[in-house]
Amino acid sequence: MSNVGIVLISHSPKVVEGIKDIIRQMVPDVPVELAGGTDDGSIGTNVEKIQNAIENAYNEKGVLLFFDLGSAMMNAELAVEMTDYEKVKVVKAPLLEGAYVAAVESGMGKTLEEVEKAARNVFDQT
Amino acid sequence: MELQIKQVISWMEKTNEKIQSNKEYLTSLDQAIGDGDHGLNMARGFQEVVNKLSSSNYTYVSDVLKDVSMTLLSKVGGASGPLYGTAFLKMSTALKGIETVDYPQFKKAVVEAVNGVKERGKANKGEKTMIDVWEPIVDFLQKQDNLEAKELESTAEKAMEATQDLKATKGRAAYLKERSIGHLDPGSVSSYYIFAALSEVLEEGA
Repeated sequence: MSNVGIVLISHSPKVVEGIKDIIRQMVPDVPVELAGGTDDGSIGTNVEKIQNAIENAYNEKGVLLFFDLGSAMMNAELAVEMTDYEKVKVVKAPLLEGAYVAAVESGMGKTLEEVEKAARNVFDQT
Repeated sequence: MELQIKQVISWMEKTNEKIQSNKEYLTSLDQAIGDGDHGLNMARGFQEVVNKLSSSNYTYVSDVLKDVSMTLLSKVGGASGPLYGTAFLKMSTALKGIETVDYPQFKKAVVEAVNGVKERGKANKGEKTMIDVWEPIVDFLQKQDNLEAKELESTAEKAMEATQDLKATKGRAAYLKERSIGHLDPGSVSSYYIFAALSEVLEEGA
């Protein structure tokens, strides 16, 4: 059984590393790939990093992309337009909380649509 | 007007010169209402563009523009990477397979570029973004039967200056709301350099 892959996109490499640490405490085996910072590791985002992360996280269940500010969303959307895979989506949800809930749902074997919905509604859960 | 490979490369070189010599200025504008990385990002991106173009051979103008786009996309970490990258990619697509670009073709390419930027940034005119320079340029081009290089430059300059009075509703500056008024939009200033550089190239070619 495969699980929906998660890609974390932030302006800061430290932010995505930290979020992955938090996710791994509860969800050890779902693909979580990182695209933090620019190509030289400074603050910003990079479309090639995102493309690589999609490639590494991809399986038949698909991949969801989570982002933080400004260029992160634009580059995420660019990467989705540039990929040949069909099941790749950008999720409008808070980066940490959304990706966390998505990882948990993905670990339960849910579909791309189910995982995305849970992430988008993260603050509605009690 | 006519644009050939030689002119497009010269356009990018002149743009790079302007951005390098105004790097600190762009940064200071961005520090006032943004994240302060615009000068550095643009300087790095356009230096890479010029390096790439000088080490390659081209048959079509569209190939030059495609390399400009791809370099900006991969080397600029801020929002200007995907935005300018999209602008030049749309121009490249619009001019595919053309060796010498004439004025109607150039017009069409700029229209496509602006539409691409609007879509990518989900922004429109009046939101204190680079669109506030690009859209007035499109309006100007649509009205002219022949491109007057000097007027192109002055249109871009006026449009850039007008962003000072706008309140930002897109980009990082939007978080500042009213506080963004009274400052020039950094992306509009770098867009002005691009059109000022083009104007110089066209004047030389005339």
